[in-house]
This record gives sequence, C-alpha cells and structure tokens, in this order.
Amino acid sequence: MKILVLISNVPDTTTKIRFVGDNTAFDDAGVQWIINPWDELALTRAMEIKEAGGVEKITVANVGTKSTEPTLRKALAVGADDAIRVDAEAKDAYFVAKQLAEVAGDYDVILAGIEASDYNGSAVGGMLAEILDYNSVSAVSGLNIENGELIVNREIDGGVQVLKIGTPVVCVVQKGIAKDPRIPAMRGIMMARKKPLTVVEPVSAEERTSFESFELPPPKAACKMVDEENAKELITLLHEEAKVL
Amino acid sequence: MSILIYTENWDGKFKKLSFELVSYAAAIAKEVGTTVTAISIGKVSEDALKSLGNYGANKILNLADEKYNSLDNKAVSSAVSLAAKEEDAKVVLFAQTNLGKAIAPRVSVKLNAGLVSGVTALPVSYDPFIVKKKVFTGKAFANVKFDTDVKVITLSQNSYELVETENNVVIEAFNPVVDDSYFTTTVLETNKVTGKVLLTDAEIVVSGGRGLKSGDNWGGLEEMADLLGAGLACSRPVSDEGWRSHNEHVGQTGKIISPNLYFALGISGAIQHLGGVSSSKVIVAVNKDAEAPIFEAADYGIIGDVNKVIPQFIEEIKEMKA
Repeated sequence: MKILVLISNVPDTTTKIRFVGDNTAFDDAGVQWIINPWDELALTRAMEIKEAGGVEKITVANVGTKSTEPTLRKALAVGADDAIRVDAEAKDAYFVAKQLAEVAGDYDVILAGIEASDYNGSAVGGMLAEILDYNSVSAVSGLNIENGELIVNREIDGGVQVLKIGTPVVCVVQKGIAKDPRIPAMRGIMMARKKPLTVVEPVSAEERTSFESFELPPPKAACKMVDEENAKELITLLHEEAKVL
Repeated sequence: MSILIYTENWDGKFKKLSFELVSYAAAIAKEVGTTVTAISIGKVSEDALKSLGNYGANKILNLADEKYNSLDNKAVSSAVSLAAKEEDAKVVLFAQTNLGKAIAPRVSVKLNAGLVSGVTALPVSYDPFIVKKKVFTGKAFANVKFDTDVKVITLSQNSYELVETENNVVIEAFNPVVDDSYFTTTVLETNKVTGKVLLTDAEIVVSGGRGLKSGDNWGGLEEMADLLGAGLACSRPVSDEGWRSHNEHVGQTGKIISPNLYFALGISGAIQHLGGVSSSKVIVAVNKDAEAPIFEAADYGIIGDVNKVIPQFIEEIKEMKA
C-alpha cells in the first residue's frame, strides 16, 4: 500500500496576524513557517502504520513556490520517503486540488488535514477525491490497516464510528489521528537532505474564488470583573445584562 | 433558479443549525428573488420535515433511502449535486460541520462552483458576490469574491439568527439515481451517546481546564451543564491527560464552537484554545491567575478558585430557575 500525505505550508499557529497592501495580503514578514498541524498528525500516523508493516512508501506533496521547500524537507526528516512539490503559488482550494490530482493517481490512501490553519478552507481533500473520482471519508480520528484493508474511525455527532472502506480513498483527518506530532531527529534531518524531492510544473486551472480584502476583529471591550466571594452576581449579570441565561 | 440547503439531523430531528441555514437562505432568496429548497437525508418525521417551512423553506426533497446511512461521501455528494441541478440552484448551502466539510468540496467540483467555507454573515454584496469568512482560525476575517455562476457556501454555526415565518412547504420524495459502486463504506460499529446536548449544537457550553486539578472534580461542571441544558467541553491538556474524552476537546485542533454563552472554568486561554471558542457571543472566565490570557477574550470574569466559584454558580442558577 502506498500513502500520500498532503502538506500545507502555514504560518506558525502563534503568529500575530497582520495584513499589508491596504489589507489585501497577509503580512509574512518575519513569519515562521510550519507543516500545517493536522497534516503533521496525518504524517505521524502514516509513519506509525508503516512501522507496523504493510506500507510500501509514504510520499508528501504540496503546491507552493520554492520558499515552501523547508517545510517539505521537514516532512522528509520526520520520515516520509520522498516529496513532490508542484511549483506554483497556491491560489484557491480548487486550483490546489487540481494540481495535486496530477501527482496523486498512484496512491492507495491519500491523507489530508481537516483544514489548513491559515485560510481554513477545509476543501482540498474533498475536492481532490472528487476530481480523482475516489471515495472520501472525513472527520477521521483513527486509521489502521488490518489484513490489507483500511479501517478508520470517523467522528460523528455525539460519538464515533468504525468503518471499513475501499481504496483508493482520500481520508480527511483530524484530532485523534495521532497523539503527538513527531519531531525530526538529527539522523532524520541528515537523511532528509538526500531523499528525492521532485519539482513538478503546474497545470492550468481557473481560480474560482479570490480574496478581496482582510480585516481584524473589532477590539473587545474590557472584561467585567466580579469578586470571587460574590460569584452569584455574575450569574445575575448573565441573566439581566447579557441576557444569555 | 433556487437556493439549495443541505440539512443535518440527529436522532430523527433537525439540528438547530439546519433552521439557521434555512433562515439564512430565506434572507438571500428574498434579496435575489428566488425560492429555498432543502434536502433532508435520513429518516425524519413528516412533522420535523414541515418544521423547516417555519423558517422559510419552500420545498423539501426527502431522501429517506437507508443506503445513505453509511454516509459515503461520494454517494451523498452525487445525490446533493443531482438535487442542485434539478432545482437549478445558484447557491448551495451547508453548515461548517464535519458533514458539511465532507460534502461541500465534492459538490463544488461537480457543479463547477467556487466554494467558500466558514462564512459568518449574509453576503457583503450580491454583484459581485462577496462573502465574509473566518481565516487564521478566527483571528481575522476575509472578504472573498466568487468568480463562478454557482456558489457553494458553508456557514459557520451560530452566525445567523433563527427567523420564523409563515410558509406553505411542499414535501417531495427524492430518489436520485446514484451508482451502487459509489457505496464502498461498511459501518462496523457505531458508538454514540444520545439524549445529550451536542457540543457543536449547544447554545451554552460549560468547559473545564487544568485548573480543575483532576478529572474527579467534574461533578460541579456536570451539574451546571444539566441545569442549563448545556454542552460539556474541556481544554486540550484535560483531554490529553485523559480526564475527559477527546470528543469534548474544544480549541484550534479540537472542536470549533460558537455558542451564545461559553464558561471557561480553570482554562488559561492559550491562543490555540481561543481559536476554537473566540466566536462565542459571551465568554465567562474563572481563573486564579489574573494574568491568564482568557481574561482578554472574556466578557465577564472572576479571579479565583474554580472549585469555590462553581458551587456558587450552581446555587444561583437553581434559584434563577426556581
């Protein structure tokens, strides 16, 4: 079985968000770039399954300019066998999915994070499945290969389901898929330099949505404080002032 | 031309978010002069189906075929796309939930439509069609323009008020032709609680953090939640420690919620936690550390020991309810 893990290159989740160009673009000055947290968990789980046997190869892929290569190298350092970068500025989700469809045809299981922590699109995994005409399963919080079959846990309202699902398939994964992301070891970092990273030219695809402008949320009014001994008063405020009780 | 809504039900009833979607769609329909069709998948009573009309749905497509219970994304997306084509839908609307996120991207590809997910309000403009959505996990907003004739939108929960209206609704059985090969999922096991408030659907959420000191100290939170009909949640360290199930974890990597009222009890409010709760309408924070970042996000706060404050809350809520 071959696994492809989609990697999004995103600003570190503690980044202070600012915009430039009259609020038309994200200010990436001084930003640290990381593997999207959900993609990192997906890769971690793929590694765990491979170590248990039954996985031939793990490939990571992204759509991005050369500046995103350190993030792919980090994924190789974590343990992926090889990497593919489609050399294009990632535009909207459809554009990205269309590019990935060109390189994803050879894999049995494709793992995508539930969303990227920057533009929160929650779209690429599902779109890719549709373009490839594969089935997809979303909200995946557990992934196992048992006797060559794919067994996944899917989060549903108020609980979880265990599913057997045919391949090829796109699994859109979320919290629970792996406990903690793997940190690359020094040996992994050294080995990553020699692993293949293939750069692929993009195909043409239309943009279907575009960002017009950005804005920050309005500043919040100061928190109204109540004394510890007087906690009951807070409930009264919620009832009479905020009218939410 | 019409607007199509993908509704969600639970335990045979529509979730609140389905009524929100209908209200939202009705407002757009009024603006652009069209009608609202809702698709219902799964077993829902006739009365429940009719209830969608109370919020402005003109027509319900009722797909009750049990084949769809396995929720094969490919099959469900095909069914929804067929409905969209049959209804000549120009806007197809989902909720920003696990289900919406699973189906909407596929439907957008099938309909050659643009997709914007996590929309928080009515369109900013209709021509060009621009919507506002959350980005950077709630730390900012973006205005996004559609460049396609058909638009697919997922709406953030709790971002539109329910609006009741008088309406005659037509219910039609819907039996789309979907290839059997699209169903490749076998459900081996389902473990779910019923009869409890769904966290993502709850209007009030009571949430506990490390400040509770131990998973054994959750009795007070459970009592509060029971009294208020609230959902129970927790911060990431709590689910990592195994004090509570990870189903209850809210935050950037857990569930994203936006209730009317969020109680953050013994939660310091790391930026990742706030990412999952910051769009709550009112936030109450109780924490013994006056410097905890949760107080910057909160509307009401108490600096103090949660284990002393919770019993007072419970007493006052009981009095209020009496």
